[in-house]
Amino acid sequence: MFATKTAAQDLAEGQAVRGRSLWADARARFFRNRAALVSLVILVLVAIFAIVGPFISPWRYDEIDWNVLGQVDTAGRPSATHWFGTDRTGRDLFARTVQGTQVSLMVGIVGAVIAVVVGTLYGAIAGYFGGRTDNLMMRIVDVLMSVPYMFVLILLLVVFGKSMIMLFVGIGLISWLDMARIARGQTLSLRGKEFVEAAVATGVAPLTIILRHIVPNLLGVVIVYATLLVPSMIIYESFISFLGLGVQEPLTSWGALISEGAGEIVNGTLWMLAFPLFFFVVTLFAFFFVGDGLRDALDPKDR
Amino acid sequence: MTKAFLGTTAAIAMIAFGGAALAQATHPDTGEALSENQSFSYRLLDQFPTLDPQLIEETAGGHVARQMFEGLLTQNADGTLRPGMATEWSSDDNQTWTFTLRDANWSNGDPVTANDFVYAWRRAADPATASEYAWYVELSQIVNAAEIIAGEMDPSELGVRAIDDHTLEVTLNNPLPYFPQMTVHYTFMPTHQATVEQYGADWTDPENIVVNGAYILDEIAVNEFFHLAKNPNYYGADDVIIEEITGYVINDSSQALARFQAGEFDMMDSLPPATYPRLEAETPDVAHSVPRLCSYYYVINQSESGNPALQDVRVRQALSYAVNRNVITDQVLQEGQAPAYSFTHWATAGFELPTIDYSTWTQEERMARAAELIEEAGYGPDNPLELDLIYNTSEAHRQVAAVLQQMWRPIGIEVTLSNYEWQSYLELRGNQNFDLARGGWCADYNEASTFLDLLTSNNSNNDGKFMNEEYDALLAEAATSSDPQPLYTQAEQILADEAAIVPIYHYTQTFVLDPTIRNWPFDNAENNWYVRDIYRVADGS
Amino acid sequence: MIAFILKRLLIAVPVLLILIVATFVMMYAAPGSPFASDRGIPPAVMANLEAEYGLDQPFLVQIWRYISGIIFEFDFGPSFIYRDQDVNDLIAQGFPVTLTYGFWSFIVAVLVGGTLGIVAAVRHNTWLDYTAVGISVGAQVLPNFVMAPILVLIFTLWLGWLPGGGWQGGQIQYVILPVIALSTSFMASIARIARASMLEVLTSNYIRTARAKGLPMRRIVLRHALKPALLPVISYLGPAFVGMITGSVVIDVYFSTGGIGQFFTASALNRDYGVMMGITVLLGTLTILFNLVVDLLYAWIDPKIRY
Repeated sequence: MFATKTAAQDLAEGQAVRGRSLWADARARFFRNRAALVSLVILVLVAIFAIVGPFISPWRYDEIDWNVLGQVDTAGRPSATHWFGTDRTGRDLFARTVQGTQVSLMVGIVGAVIAVVVGTLYGAIAGYFGGRTDNLMMRIVDVLMSVPYMFVLILLLVVFGKSMIMLFVGIGLISWLDMARIARGQTLSLRGKEFVEAAVATGVAPLTIILRHIVPNLLGVVIVYATLLVPSMIIYESFISFLGLGVQEPLTSWGALISEGAGEIVNGTLWMLAFPLFFFVVTLFAFFFVGDGLRDALDPKDR
Repeated sequence: MTKAFLGTTAAIAMIAFGGAALAQATHPDTGEALSENQSFSYRLLDQFPTLDPQLIEETAGGHVARQMFEGLLTQNADGTLRPGMATEWSSDDNQTWTFTLRDANWSNGDPVTANDFVYAWRRAADPATASEYAWYVELSQIVNAAEIIAGEMDPSELGVRAIDDHTLEVTLNNPLPYFPQMTVHYTFMPTHQATVEQYGADWTDPENIVVNGAYILDEIAVNEFFHLAKNPNYYGADDVIIEEITGYVINDSSQALARFQAGEFDMMDSLPPATYPRLEAETPDVAHSVPRLCSYYYVINQSESGNPALQDVRVRQALSYAVNRNVITDQVLQEGQAPAYSFTHWATAGFELPTIDYSTWTQEERMARAAELIEEAGYGPDNPLELDLIYNTSEAHRQVAAVLQQMWRPIGIEVTLSNYEWQSYLELRGNQNFDLARGGWCADYNEASTFLDLLTSNNSNNDGKFMNEEYDALLAEAATSSDPQPLYTQAEQILADEAAIVPIYHYTQTFVLDPTIRNWPFDNAENNWYVRDIYRVADGS
Repeated sequence: MIAFILKRLLIAVPVLLILIVATFVMMYAAPGSPFASDRGIPPAVMANLEAEYGLDQPFLVQIWRYISGIIFEFDFGPSFIYRDQDVNDLIAQGFPVTLTYGFWSFIVAVLVGGTLGIVAAVRHNTWLDYTAVGISVGAQVLPNFVMAPILVLIFTLWLGWLPGGGWQGGQIQYVILPVIALSTSFMASIARIARASMLEVLTSNYIRTARAKGLPMRRIVLRHALKPALLPVISYLGPAFVGMITGSVVIDVYFSTGGIGQFFTASALNRDYGVMMGITVLLGTLTILFNLVVDLLYAWIDPKIRY
């Protein structure tokens, strides 16, 4: 669940400050990595599936096939009418998997973006100002590290009801702390660079320096970290869905579909588990390999 | 060497002894060969919060209390009354009841007296006990119960007294012909005063508990299991065949079914959704479905806070007509539930269903009529009526809600589904923050008023705020009538005409039971079972 | 060093207080009540219940009673749902269970995961490496709520080797399945981390020197490479531990082990305020303590870090 942490570790320790010319270099390195390349293709395919799916599916995701309802075990098998079969309520599983893919990818990406934006800004500010500010801000991070977030998120969802926004924000906020540490470490080494000193000397406002000069130079690290964060976010979401605190019916997500499918193992209707699980596993695999590939590409210590 | 030798002789002695026991082990009445293993184990969906009869407020604890404590009366397999601690009960006016108690002892040897009942009942009503089920004492109409609960009177003022050790007299505010039925309930089981006072909240711990029923708590691990052993001091101990009871708490139904099939326990209910038809087909002697006195319905919010369209009877009728109940019972749930057109469960004792018009129509006719009605009310597929539907989290409720949503769409009713956890859902429903809400109601006793009272204007659980004077008058009359059944039938007719609720189905209790367990009370529609009545036969008999 | 530990522990106190207050505020704001029932409890009965649990008191009085109870008597108050139990009893019963299978999962994850990762790194780019990477990514992404029912299906229903749940005081046959289900994804993470860092260490100059001197590979790995390669694994242990405790809810639900994970959602769902607060304090304390232990461990292995 926390593989991103090592990536974070590596990145925090590495000297990722490089000129822009290295981007081309990195691209070349990335494209030489076959696993990463294949994974990237897979991710693109999954994205196409999520976007195009609703247009090619003959069924709506909340539409019940009354002919199947009641005999899902036999009539609901994958067939020409229902490509992925149907769920227990006679709804087309292809349409639902498409819908679930949309939700899960969205939670993953939005969650990762929230974590990355909050974490980067926080870390960059702490690192840039240094001294007492830095000390105080990083103490706060240490303190927040000791909050059992998942439990707090569960409480929030239970107490204030389920909502997409709470889910996005909650999951995103679980992970910004690491990003903050990484960004701070990087900023500390950037601060001494000539271009930053030049900007300070010419009287550019600190916030502008952070946004214009520091953050763009953190981009490499941020991208790698974000790629590795997305699968963690998706896994968190599936856990929340398993607890029944995910998205509302008739919307669904990978986690919700898998959790329902797992409950159907006793009935032998394995397709209800297999299709969503396949997309879930394949996508997470791909994100991990792309993330590893990006790290290798952007962090050219010869391995 | 010696040790091994001793072991062997012991084993031989055991075999001989066991063999002798085996030869005698037949059921005294039926003559069936009994198994050597007289244990019964079952699965609980959730840990029961308490085993204190006066504090219990849910079924899981109720089942255990029924094994450990015995009230004045108990039930036969078919749900009719049979003597418990009381051997005789009588009343001249249905208002003052007298119970004659048998000679029986608590598990610590103390005699069970009428005072134990007086103590327990006062305790149930006493504000200091803070029982969630105190309302049951009030419901039973015992004199001064309401005042005691409200803290206006001392618990000793409760209308129940011990004339002598063996005679209990109960005085009610109104005549209540079914009062003896109500004494079966766990709230009215006796508790041992000295034990409760000595140990406080810990009195139900295995080392402290004192019981008067057939079994006694032996061991408990919260959220894992509990174990009951036979109580040798029970007055009927000689007739009790099952020696021990174990209950396993297993939250996940699929997991529980897998463990049942692996032979880890003998009985489970709350089967995973959609498994019953397969189980019934594959193992008809294991899977069972019996009527259970609960009704599943949708509450229509007719108060100011609901969608104003719901105050229009045509809209409510359209909602009800458009529901194809057979699809829900036969295709979604598939556990033998009966499609419902009335609120009162069909199996309720003495209840006679009125002929409800639309129950005899075909679904096409109902849909056509629903479409007409909704159009008259000013809505239709082009101008849909938008409603919020709430239900509490559960796979079965989710499925029913999703199906209803699709059934209402063709006539121009678009519902938005929201599921809430139990506590939030109750709060929303109780405050009329919904248009449509799932409802389920189970009988507290086997009589139609347990259902119908719910929809009277001043009932605090009337969450849809259905108000009808004629209906209120009928139920008020029924409460004191010597023959209330025709009145109940009329009341149901009003509910149907006014579409006060959308009845969906009448429950069944589906469960799997190991076929070697015999004498299970399948006909008890309140799902009250007493392990002391059942037994396990030897394999193959 | 001791000053460092004291400082960390001192910070923990305000953190826990803030956590308690925040949770308290949250449950105060939550809709619903622990005593709500579809039987509609009459107002008089509800008032009696609220008085019994002090819910009729002003907010500040309630929170002061709660905090002072913990500080002065180490009493976490009653459970609002389990009327026969108080929070101390419930945690005392459940926590050892969670700790037991958590501990074994932890050991399995570290040993198996670490070994897998190191072997993969040493045999870099061989079939062994590819297999190990494949297995670990696969294991990492398979949710434990899918794994648990599959394990029961195989080992309980088909093979009949192991009981499908229960705890029975922690007898070995009851511990195996929960430990497998809980440890797998962490084991996989550790394998990935160990492999990556071992690869990095093996390409460093001092290892190259050692190899150039002709030392046997086995000795290089065990003597020189292992310790630095384990550093990232150690810093992962803190989050892993917290993740395992959180994941125990799945274990308790599926295997009916009776641990405290069960209460994470149940206490919030039932509005069992007492248990909810108790769990918050317990988890907060554990997280703080474990992060501290990991930091100390890190300092012990990495001589560059001094506190």
